[in-house]
Amino acid sequence: MQAYWVYIGIFLIVALGFPTIAVTLPALISPRKPNRRKQEVYECGIETKGNVRVQFKTQYYIYALLFLVFDIETIFLFPWAVSLGKLPLFAVIEGVIFIVILLAGLVYALREGALAWS
Amino acid sequence: MADLINVIENWLNKLLLGWGASPGLTQFILQALGSVLVVLICFMIVIALIWVERKLAGRIQDRFGPNRAGPFGIFQSFADIIKIFTKEYITPQGADKVTFNIAPVLAIASVLAIWAVFPFASNVIGADVNVGVLYIVAIGSFGILAILMAGWSSNNRYALLGASRSVAMLISYEIPMVVSLLIPVLLAHSMKLSAIIDTQRPWWFILVVPTAALIFLISSMAEIGKAPFDLLEAESELVAGYHTEYSGMKFGMFYVAEFLHQFTVGALITIFFLGGWTGPMAAHWPILGVIYFFGKAFLVYLVISWIRLSLPRIRIDEMLNLNWKFLIPVSFINLIGVAVADRILLDLEPPRWLYVAVMFVLNMLILLVALYLSGKSQPALEVEEFPHRPVAVSPRTEKSSS
Repeated sequence: MQAYWVYIGIFLIVALGFPTIAVTLPALISPRKPNRRKQEVYECGIETKGNVRVQFKTQYYIYALLFLVFDIETIFLFPWAVSLGKLPLFAVIEGVIFIVILLAGLVYALREGALAWS
Repeated sequence: MADLINVIENWLNKLLLGWGASPGLTQFILQALGSVLVVLICFMIVIALIWVERKLAGRIQDRFGPNRAGPFGIFQSFADIIKIFTKEYITPQGADKVTFNIAPVLAIASVLAIWAVFPFASNVIGADVNVGVLYIVAIGSFGILAILMAGWSSNNRYALLGASRSVAMLISYEIPMVVSLLIPVLLAHSMKLSAIIDTQRPWWFILVVPTAALIFLISSMAEIGKAPFDLLEAESELVAGYHTEYSGMKFGMFYVAEFLHQFTVGALITIFFLGGWTGPMAAHWPILGVIYFFGKAFLVYLVISWIRLSLPRIRIDEMLNLNWKFLIPVSFINLIGVAVADRILLDLEPPRWLYVAVMFVLNMLILLVALYLSGKSQPALEVEEFPHRPVAVSPRTEKSSS
């Protein structure tokens, strides 16, 4: 079991190392002649004005919140799904009730129009 | 001979031990060699896939595709690699340099790292951890972080807009993807990938739970970010989305990550729904299992390419509606149905074919009812009808018809 996690650790280092090498090698052989015009931000030929890191729609936050609710729900459901064969039918129904409560939240959000993109 | 990879592993093991290396060091070296091998194979596959994809796109769009470099243009990808290696890196003014440089590496590492747990054959398994499915889901989400980092650090409005759009889309589609992954876990009663594949003999999960397979295909196509879900780099609106400011190999990394992600999705669908390495004779000849695995993954890859080359891009509101009003409710209701049916059938102990038939019918019923209800709730499309076809008609045909 532990050997597997050592393997995953080595694999992560290799997976990070290969692209790092691939990105740094061209830096050694490619030309480098920076100038101001070349390094301008690309905006279809028009000069950029003001702060670029603009605020974005608040609607994105609602999606993020709903994502959080459902993602944590699914993580809780994984142990339930694994042990489903050993659980009595009653415990399965309890899991179903858990899902239905959260689905009710989704229906509420839909009714309130929180998910309507405007 | 039947078991090529294990033979080589045993030979290397004996060789290193014979040289006087300690068992711990030997294991470390073997694991490092294995991971380098898998990563190299991934890069090789991508080089081949880029050519296949371009040739296929050319044929579907009625052109030749690459046909200059070598026979049928098979050396096109190598020419591109040499070109991209000698390109200058351009960092835009005001960019956050550290984040800007980390993002492409993270984008490809997040896809590559998934390959650590894949079972390629009955005894060629990377790391057969008992939380394999959770590992895949967790590592896969790092790609979203890379996109957000790339978009934010570029100091470009188009990149930022593309990044915020894509994060909204990717996190939305993560939910139906994970919920449909729950269903194979639920049927196999395990999160171990090898156990999931063992349960699929002889009935693949695509026959048991077709609705879950379909939802997984759609939502992971959105996760790849290719058409019809390529809003994150809608060329006509956002130049190129989050990687507008990238050049040279840094752009190449995003490009490779996209192709590798598509192939990885093919491999995931193979593992969870198409029986992984199983196939005729695969249990006795593990090398055949490897061929089946990559063959199935490649077939799914081609299907995804076919879909992406045939459908136009959808709008962001349509895409979010499809997810929140269709995929998520259907996937949860499917989960409830499968869980209850599986528990009841476990007590009744029917023969396997009856179990598969009941599950199949249940899944198709849920899908058909959902399609019917969503079709009913949609307002009918307003088609403007012209009394006469507004086409130029030549005077001669006008005369002859009247």
